[in-house]
Amino acid sequence: MSQTEIRICGLGGQGVIMAGMIIGRAASIYEDRFATLVQSFGPEARGSECSAQVMVSDVAIAFPYIRTSDIFVAMSQGAYDKFVKEMKDDSILVYENELVFPDDQMPKGAKKFGMPGTRIAEDELGRRIVFNMVMIGFFTAVTKLIDVEAMRQAVQNSVPPGTEEFNLKAFNRGYEDGLAQVG
Amino acid sequence: MKADPAAVATGVHFIDGNEACAEGAIAAGCRFAAGYPITPSTEVVEHIAKRFPKLGGVFIQMEDEIASSICFQGAIWGGMKAMTVTSGPGLSLMMEHVGLAAMTETPSVFVDVQRGGPSTGLPTLPGQQDVMQVRWGSHGDYEVIALAPNSPQECFDHIITAFNLAEQYRVPVFFMMDECIGHMLGKVRIPEANQIDVRERKFTERPPGQYLPYEIYSGDQPEMVRAGMGYRIHTTGLTHDARGYPEMNAQAQDKLIRRLCNKVLDHTEELTLCESDQIDGSDVTIIAYGITARVAAYAVEQARQQGLKVGQLRLITLWPFNDRLIRDVAQNTRSIIVAEMNLGQMVHEVRRAVGDKVPVHLIDSAGGAIIEPETILAKIKEVVS
Repeated sequence: MSQTEIRICGLGGQGVIMAGMIIGRAASIYEDRFATLVQSFGPEARGSECSAQVMVSDVAIAFPYIRTSDIFVAMSQGAYDKFVKEMKDDSILVYENELVFPDDQMPKGAKKFGMPGTRIAEDELGRRIVFNMVMIGFFTAVTKLIDVEAMRQAVQNSVPPGTEEFNLKAFNRGYEDGLAQVG
Repeated sequence: MKADPAAVATGVHFIDGNEACAEGAIAAGCRFAAGYPITPSTEVVEHIAKRFPKLGGVFIQMEDEIASSICFQGAIWGGMKAMTVTSGPGLSLMMEHVGLAAMTETPSVFVDVQRGGPSTGLPTLPGQQDVMQVRWGSHGDYEVIALAPNSPQECFDHIITAFNLAEQYRVPVFFMMDECIGHMLGKVRIPEANQIDVRERKFTERPPGQYLPYEIYSGDQPEMVRAGMGYRIHTTGLTHDARGYPEMNAQAQDKLIRRLCNKVLDHTEELTLCESDQIDGSDVTIIAYGITARVAAYAVEQARQQGLKVGQLRLITLWPFNDRLIRDVAQNTRSIIVAEMNLGQMVHEVRRAVGDKVPVHLIDSAGGAIIEPETILAKIKEVVS
């Protein structure tokens, strides 16, 4: 697939934009491919609908907007309800399975991979703030779109200094969960 | 001259157009910025404010845009390369000082990240509605240069072009981004400093006493000095003579204003930056700039897959407007569509240049969202059928 359209959507505060930024950074800097990120969010600091449109490509990208997704990362039920109909046939849904409940609106041939990222971040790792790291680790394993080492480098260079280890631990936790699901 | 290696963030980055613009300005040698931060341009000065202290640069958050647009001109006369950064509502306030920069020949860069207007309009949403304002917004006859980038990479590359042209022509140069380009992240490759050409200001080599600030000693630009270096200089917005002293009569006015205009217009060809693609023999050619040119490229690709003969011209230089370029397009295509995120601004220039040679259609938008590729594709089909 030369061009992959990724939509990441959830609520402000979940780290949606940062997740998109890390994917874009991994692809464009550490894999030397091309990526674009277009973001939209409400004026509220937290809780508004938040969406990142990431295009990953082997060639330069003309149009940076996502019309229909190859990969849809849904972090809230509202996000799922709004964008499930814009998933392509045979595409991939990555979702937080205690916040999002996929239904029969899923397109034909679509695969879905869910994990309880919020609970794992909060109860197991101790801080809910790394929820997005858990989810992009999971995303990396189930989509195989971007090399895991490129993603780890992007995580390391995107988070505040001093928190690299903790964020990578969260990323790896999600990655392992994803590997277990895809085998 | 080459960029300062200590200041250039060489490497591959994944950043938005605003940050890329700030990095490009730094690479171009800008070490002073004054502004009144405004969405969607805020990240430019945010990044400048973060980077400048380590480079010996100064960013001042002024009390408003009127103050910003005169403050940075003071820094330029003090010998620095400087810019101000704003969006439509701020640009409206700056217009008086755009005229001053034109009249005093101050090599100034105005970054305008466009949003929907008029007035405060749509702070967080895009528009391309300032195109005519930068050309005609201040009173009197004068010429400016305006560039419209369409990617974060071009925000880096062409803000350097903007600074270089400001020094070369001593005019206000407008860097016409839009909300989409400013906030979109993409891959930006920043070269080594020794790969970046930076044009230095032409400071006079004449000793004090033998120098006049508006005398043309060679070429078509007067020479500058750094204020405070022992030269007596005077500069004014009034019509002036070679000494920079007011000389207010029709003869002096004619001589000065024609020179101010012609120093740009005579170089229109050299100033023209554009990209053209498969125009010769096409049934229709799309003319667009900024984010709309990216949408158009996507629509044109789809049209070609459906067997349609569609050409594309992307304008990077908006001003001075190159009539010859547009007439050449009209010679080689059967119709033209101008797509822009306003209710018709550049289309007037295109129609003027084309005359009745071929039909010129407009895809307009009041702003707030990009023009959809489907809209452009539908118009292409309508025009060629």
